[in-house]
Amino acid sequence: MIAYILQRLLSIALSLFGVSLLVFFMVHLIPGDAALIILGERATEDALVELRQQMGLDQPLYKQYGKFLWDLAHLDLGRSFKTNERVIDEILRKFPATVELTLAAMGFSIVFGIGAGIIAAVNRGKFWDYMTMFGSLAGISMPIFWLGLMLILLFAYTFPIFPSSQRLDVMLDLDIQHRTHFYLIDTLLAGDLVAFRNAVSHLILPAMTLGTVPLAIIARMTRSSLLEVLNQQYIMTAHAKGLPKRIVILKHALKNSIIPVLTVIGLEFGYLMGGAILTEHIFSWPGLGSWLRAAVEARDIRPIQGGVLFVAWIFMMVNLIVDLLYAYFDPRIRVGGAAV
Amino acid sequence: MNEQYLHHFTVVMLLCFISVAHAANSDPIIGGTLIFGRGGDSIGLDPGHEEDGESFKVCENIYDTLVQYKDESTEVEPGLAESWETSDDGLTWRFHLRKGVAFHDGTPFNADAVLFSLNRQHDPNHPFHNVGGPYIYWSHTGLAEIVDTITALDVYTIQITLKRPYAPFIYTIAMTPFSIVSPNALRKWKEDFTNHPVGTGPFKFARWDRGDKVVLEVNKDYWGGRAPLDRIIFRSIPDNSVRLIELQNGSIHAMEFPNPDDLPQIREDPALQIIEQPGMNVGYLAMNMDKKPLDTLKVRLAVNHAINKHDIITHLYQGMGVPAKNPIPPTMWSYDDSIEEYTYSPEKAKQLLNDAGYPNGFDTTLWALPVPRPYIPDGQALAAAIQSDLRRVGINAKIVTFDWGTYLAKIKNGEHDMAMLGWSADLGDPDNFFYYLLSSEAAQKPAGNIAFYRSDEMQEILVQAQSITDQAKRTELYKKAQAIFHRDMPWVPLAHAKQIVIINKKVQNLKLHPTTWKYFRQIWLEE
Repeated sequence: MIAYILQRLLSIALSLFGVSLLVFFMVHLIPGDAALIILGERATEDALVELRQQMGLDQPLYKQYGKFLWDLAHLDLGRSFKTNERVIDEILRKFPATVELTLAAMGFSIVFGIGAGIIAAVNRGKFWDYMTMFGSLAGISMPIFWLGLMLILLFAYTFPIFPSSQRLDVMLDLDIQHRTHFYLIDTLLAGDLVAFRNAVSHLILPAMTLGTVPLAIIARMTRSSLLEVLNQQYIMTAHAKGLPKRIVILKHALKNSIIPVLTVIGLEFGYLMGGAILTEHIFSWPGLGSWLRAAVEARDIRPIQGGVLFVAWIFMMVNLIVDLLYAYFDPRIRVGGAAV
Repeated sequence: MNEQYLHHFTVVMLLCFISVAHAANSDPIIGGTLIFGRGGDSIGLDPGHEEDGESFKVCENIYDTLVQYKDESTEVEPGLAESWETSDDGLTWRFHLRKGVAFHDGTPFNADAVLFSLNRQHDPNHPFHNVGGPYIYWSHTGLAEIVDTITALDVYTIQITLKRPYAPFIYTIAMTPFSIVSPNALRKWKEDFTNHPVGTGPFKFARWDRGDKVVLEVNKDYWGGRAPLDRIIFRSIPDNSVRLIELQNGSIHAMEFPNPDDLPQIREDPALQIIEQPGMNVGYLAMNMDKKPLDTLKVRLAVNHAINKHDIITHLYQGMGVPAKNPIPPTMWSYDDSIEEYTYSPEKAKQLLNDAGYPNGFDTTLWALPVPRPYIPDGQALAAAIQSDLRRVGINAKIVTFDWGTYLAKIKNGEHDMAMLGWSADLGDPDNFFYYLLSSEAAQKPAGNIAFYRSDEMQEILVQAQSITDQAKRTELYKKAQAIFHRDMPWVPLAHAKQIVIINKKVQNLKLHPTTWKYFRQIWLEE
């Protein structure tokens, strides 16, 4: 097991090296001089030369990449040229917001997605099957920015039940000390239940927006996987033993049909961890996604490189964890590639 | 006698009533928190290093400058300097500083603080010259070249000498990037001062959650009298529609940059008010005079007559812009409103083309601005409209566009025939438009003068206007410059975009400044 994890970590390191090459050259190959984009209409030749020098853009590419790798080996992602903040500090400050939102969205999509999948599978070919599958098709097809705006229009404007942006009402936030930058935890640490409830209500609309696509995918995956298992003979046996239908489905069938669902959950989770750019933008959520978006717009090279690397790393780690979870759910899968 | 007394008494009583009633209407209410919604966060709060509006918007309220702009005008008035004078040759400027002013950290404001704040930007040998990044405005406003020395004559007198007479100096030094910062705080925080700003302004820095909000608290000991508000919170709400919903919900009090399409709806909302002002900017279509046939005056005039500017501006700017005829906006002093613009007339355009020897028109390229800028909100749509107007007179314009960086690089290098661009000034001097956009010097590549318009007459006037300080004479010169521009027409001046802020009607006394700097010291909130 340990050997397996080490092997996986090594392959992650190699992949990260590949990603580093990719992000480095990606940023340098897109047309347009980064210095000129930063200076805009006001760019004078002197200012451009000076800025290129400061950004290290006047060096040959291989030297720039060498420096980038060297810094990376020292876990130094550099400083943002725009804000002069250390990239790693910025990431650590933004990441909790993204994690909190992702967990809420995944919680929402797992609970409702698996639930809907079970209902559809059990009622196969009946009204509820069609309803949930139609709903999930709509969920997959819905553009996120549209869904987000509609939810805001409905639940924050027409019926002002939930707040439409940010993580906490601004006046409440003034009294909260941010120790962990997880607002649910920070408000609890402050012993402020009003603020905690407020933070929860701030999570609801963005979590629904972000969770809708994964919900739909999870529902469809649960349904098809469960249907497959339900047709197997041991299920028939369980029914024949006279076990209640509920027990058969939840205990016998669901556990065995969960693996493909788990794969999907893992992928979506890793994906969302990278910061949901659109959702964070619409809900003014100060997370990794909106931060990266701003960096790309400003052609702020170091944050783009550091941010993408970080997201890639998180994605790989989540996948590793999912693979390890497989073994738990399916003892037939033996780590080290000896799957049956 | 008695009657006279009675008369006097009545008059005095009436006056009392009037003044009481007046006070009830306009006396600001002290207290309250103003929440201002904006599209993006500040980048840093050390004014010397910043260059973007969102950073300055906050800095303006934390710091003061030696002289400052008057409300709603680009004239200057005393700030941290109570008075100033200039020598006859215009080379020496002497500032007499205000006494008894303290920074938010309690340290006193004096000549040392001014020396520290300005010399760190100017003097390459200053220990803080290389701390925190480049001083972008110091170099791009030209102060780096023009200023010779900055010295203290005594504890409350500063003398700045210039290398050449430069009339815009006093308007330049009023800009936020040249604010006076606390030397004590800067020594303490060094590079991190940008996250812990300390000035002498009407509000003190309280907190900054990057990407989310900046919080300022009132400075009760402000030398200009305490501001009515207790607190300002600048919130970043990137999506324009969501920002509007937050304003309608009452969770913010004011916002910038609405979607043009939302304006009719905003006008109908009884709780909201639109505050607008023609901004200090210009969007234009430059005609590259190094290229044929645009080097011919008649052709350039034909293009001016061919474009239905007023229609285009009405549709494209949704009332957020005014058509332009001069290179400087109407809010700028010396603006000449008597200039008669070239009106839309395809017939005249065809006639002019005919006279110029192009009876069948010609082929050309029209470079479309690839990103929304304040002065041209939608370059692609504008290009399409101009293209169809030009086709009507036989000019066949091919629309060309690139990503923003490439676009700038190529037009500064003169690869275009006709190209859109614009300019937003943040300094109240016509020189800021004219010299950078229309002087022969600026036609050197990479050019600011992308029409590559080279007129000795214009150049001479612009240099002269820089070197004299007499405002009346300078006004004359800039009027002359506008007339020459109008005669030679290197551009199609398109529009001046308006500056717009939408407020909840509770917000009182919010005034827009032509420079787009936002001052919150006079604002108050109704209950």
